[in-house]
Amino acid sequence: MKDNFQVKRHGKFKEVWRRLKKSKTAMFGLVVLSIFILAAIFAELLIPYSVALKQNIPIRLQGPSAEHWFGTDGYGRDLFVRILHGSRRSLSIGLIATASSLFVGLIFGAAVGYYGGAFDNVVMRIMDTLSAIPATLMALAIVAALGSNMVNLIIAISIARIPAFVRIIRAAILGVVDLEYIEAAHAGGAGDFRIIMTHILPNIVGTLIVQTTMTTAQLIMRAASLSFLGLGILPPEPEWGALLSEAREFMRPAPHLMVFPGLAIVLSTLSLNLLGDGLRDALDPRLKS
Amino acid sequence: MSERVLEVKDLEIIYKTDLETVYAVNNISFSLNKGETLGIVGETGAGKTTTALSILRLLPERTGRIKKGSIKLMGEELLSLPEGRMREIRGDRVAMIFQDPMTSLNPVISIGDQISEVLSLHGYRDEKKENIDQRVDEVLRLVGISPDRKKDYPHQFSGGMKQRVIIAIALACEPDLLIADEPTTALDVTIQAQVLAMIRDLKDRLGTSMIMITHDLGIVAETCDKVAVIYAGELIETGTLEEIFLGKDHHPYTVGLFGSIPNLKIKTRRLSPIGGLMPDPTNLPKGCKFSPRCPHCMEICCQIEPPGYLAETHNIKCHLFKEKAGWKQA
Amino acid sequence: METGITPLIETRNLKKYFKVSHGMLHAVENINLKIYPGKTVGVVGESGCGKSTLGRAILRLIEPTSGDVLFNGKSIIKYNRSRMREMRRNMQIIFQDPYSSIDPRKTVAEIISEYMIINKTFKTKNEIWKRTAELMDTVGLAQRLANAYPHELDGGRRQRIGVARALSLQPKFIVCDEPVSALDVSIQAQILNLLMDLQEEMGLTYMFVTHNLSVVKHISNEIVVMYLGQCIEQAPVDELFENPQHPYTKALLNAIPDVDISARTKRIETIKGEITNPINPPPGCRFAKRCDYVFEPCREKDPELIDLGGNHLCACYLKQ
Repeated sequence: MKDNFQVKRHGKFKEVWRRLKKSKTAMFGLVVLSIFILAAIFAELLIPYSVALKQNIPIRLQGPSAEHWFGTDGYGRDLFVRILHGSRRSLSIGLIATASSLFVGLIFGAAVGYYGGAFDNVVMRIMDTLSAIPATLMALAIVAALGSNMVNLIIAISIARIPAFVRIIRAAILGVVDLEYIEAAHAGGAGDFRIIMTHILPNIVGTLIVQTTMTTAQLIMRAASLSFLGLGILPPEPEWGALLSEAREFMRPAPHLMVFPGLAIVLSTLSLNLLGDGLRDALDPRLKS
Repeated sequence: MSERVLEVKDLEIIYKTDLETVYAVNNISFSLNKGETLGIVGETGAGKTTTALSILRLLPERTGRIKKGSIKLMGEELLSLPEGRMREIRGDRVAMIFQDPMTSLNPVISIGDQISEVLSLHGYRDEKKENIDQRVDEVLRLVGISPDRKKDYPHQFSGGMKQRVIIAIALACEPDLLIADEPTTALDVTIQAQVLAMIRDLKDRLGTSMIMITHDLGIVAETCDKVAVIYAGELIETGTLEEIFLGKDHHPYTVGLFGSIPNLKIKTRRLSPIGGLMPDPTNLPKGCKFSPRCPHCMEICCQIEPPGYLAETHNIKCHLFKEKAGWKQA
Repeated sequence: METGITPLIETRNLKKYFKVSHGMLHAVENINLKIYPGKTVGVVGESGCGKSTLGRAILRLIEPTSGDVLFNGKSIIKYNRSRMREMRRNMQIIFQDPYSSIDPRKTVAEIISEYMIINKTFKTKNEIWKRTAELMDTVGLAQRLANAYPHELDGGRRQRIGVARALSLQPKFIVCDEPVSALDVSIQAQILNLLMDLQEEMGLTYMFVTHNLSVVKHISNEIVVMYLGQCIEQAPVDELFENPQHPYTKALLNAIPDVDISARTKRIETIKGEITNPINPPPGCRFAKRCDYVFEPCREKDPELIDLGGNHLCACYLKQ
């Protein structure tokens, strides 16, 4: 009888995993995303970065072949290798920027949602002001001001996203904070921190996951947009958006230069979203498997 | 001889999804004469609301299915009617009051407009606006609401008043049959008394027949002429009000229901509820559906479904009555 | 009546007002209650009478606006957060809605053990699980349900979880806030029996809040009738039902649908009108607008509670 209770603590992860496995789309997302992440991590080991920069004009603008899987670009560089190394940049920008804005958004969103009052008013009016500025424009302005490199790009993109996170998290928390089980926790002597961590956050985790995956996808795209516009990652560094930008000139003779980076962006964001949806469902004990 | 307003025979209803089949209503039959009130008593999940919705043919389209049976309103078979004719009947010949007054009214339409809507869909379709307005005023006065308020919106009324508006909408076309599904459960007890008194009064004045669905035996005692006890989709006991409330013989479930209520007059130390829960409607037990919880369960109960046993108009579906004097198989 | 014994819970002039957009909502107005150890006080009234707010104010889950709350003779109104946390071990609450009062993402065992974990009642996890298992037994929950989630269980079982949780810190006093209203009739009876058995075995003291008079008669020793935040009548249970004095109490009793059909021919007596607004109430008896017996003094000043003898109190000018 006692043993039953204990076994369950470890069982929770197994159960979530079991539920996740049932969703084919989520598994697809997981596999594809894992491939991208592994590629990003091991890029350097697989093929040195120098190869991504190696120009070879005679073989420029060639289509996919046995030697160059994705063909070559305007400077004769192997597109596959550039996309491979680009994955490290694109993915890390997307993930780090998301994590940062999520973190800040959580702190403020939880605080205003839980405590409300004048604090809520002040913070939300600031957020309203910030969200009045179009995100891409704001990111552009910040990068332009700070200078074009990866770190500044991350800062710019994540700041632009904070108001949205705060608003969403606040709304999710408001939906939960009046429920009686929160009152019950108070009645048992629980402090605010404990209530937020063990009762409120787990009950909004579904919203959080969906927002996180959607945001990562969005931020990868935004980074790509900025690089496409020439801010953020500068050539010759490969980044998927930058690659798209470079490919503009050669749309007619070499469409593959747009297709492959585009596919990389699409597939990575799609797999993130599918995985996110699957996780959200797997984590909710109420949904019938 | 009173005319027969409603005749339900051998009704079977299921809800079918990809995963499972819910056996909601299993072979029920009952009838209602003009001016009578039938109380259908049972707990959550017994099938009361499903039965009511089936009379109006308002079961959820995708999942609800009437497998077999017949429902005759004033002699007309409802189950084979085309949808167009059914729409004419709804609101006009048969009306329904739902449980929750908070969500039964459209919050963005004034109550006057909601009443005139049902009028203009049915009997008053071709009438001039003044006539409809006049009728709306009449109906509002009937339920004790001043006609001055007809431009007001639902949120400006309290729960009890909202329920009166709903009753007004239901009775506007003077239907033959009124189905009230737990109409006072969400209301305070003093407001409940007002609403019940009003329903009873209107029913007498207009001669409407009524089906009162409830889990409260007190309400049944105050408003009904006939009673049907429903359990796991079956009518396990039916009879007149006197037979059910004053009779000596009952189905064990009915005994349990009465035993669960704290009696205002006698002080009992412990209540005697029925242990356990209603069976899973996707997996009903073999034989008598009440057998797993019945204190008098015999071997035959787990094998064969009991037929109904009749004494005058009192019908009980229980093997215990097979040999009992005065009871014969229906 | 109970001279010499200190009430376990006492309130003195307890008030709770809420600030709303157009004024002050007088939710609880000057309540003086004494609840003796081992007894049950039933607090009845309809929606808006303030009974739930009263229960929460006594536990300081809502902060009272003014007045005092005493536990075992000691005032707890000024206790700071950590002292109040200690007090919470003695005073618990069972909620009305078995669906929203337990965290849908926690298992049964986690919900029941939570208070013990927060309050560090035991040193080891094993001891906590052992006590959780005992509690489940006490309230009639099968051991195999320990890892189940609330949505897998019906209302009755969920409510038992709430009861087990309330008992986990071994409180002396429990506010039962409409604990059976959301349940089916036969399950109601099961839970009521459970609560009464527990009271006998453990010597618990209850404040039982409900709008259902038949339920409250069954479980209470004394009844307090509330209307719009005020206590308008108070008496030992049998006395209240046999001899109600306040017009509202009489109307309330009359309004209960009677299972005795011989009483049916009698017209259902009803009170006219609707429950009036507790925001910025004018002076005078709050029931005056709906009362059939209203006369002059009723509209001038709030009637005081008059002692009619035998611990029967009534706030009505008719009784003077």
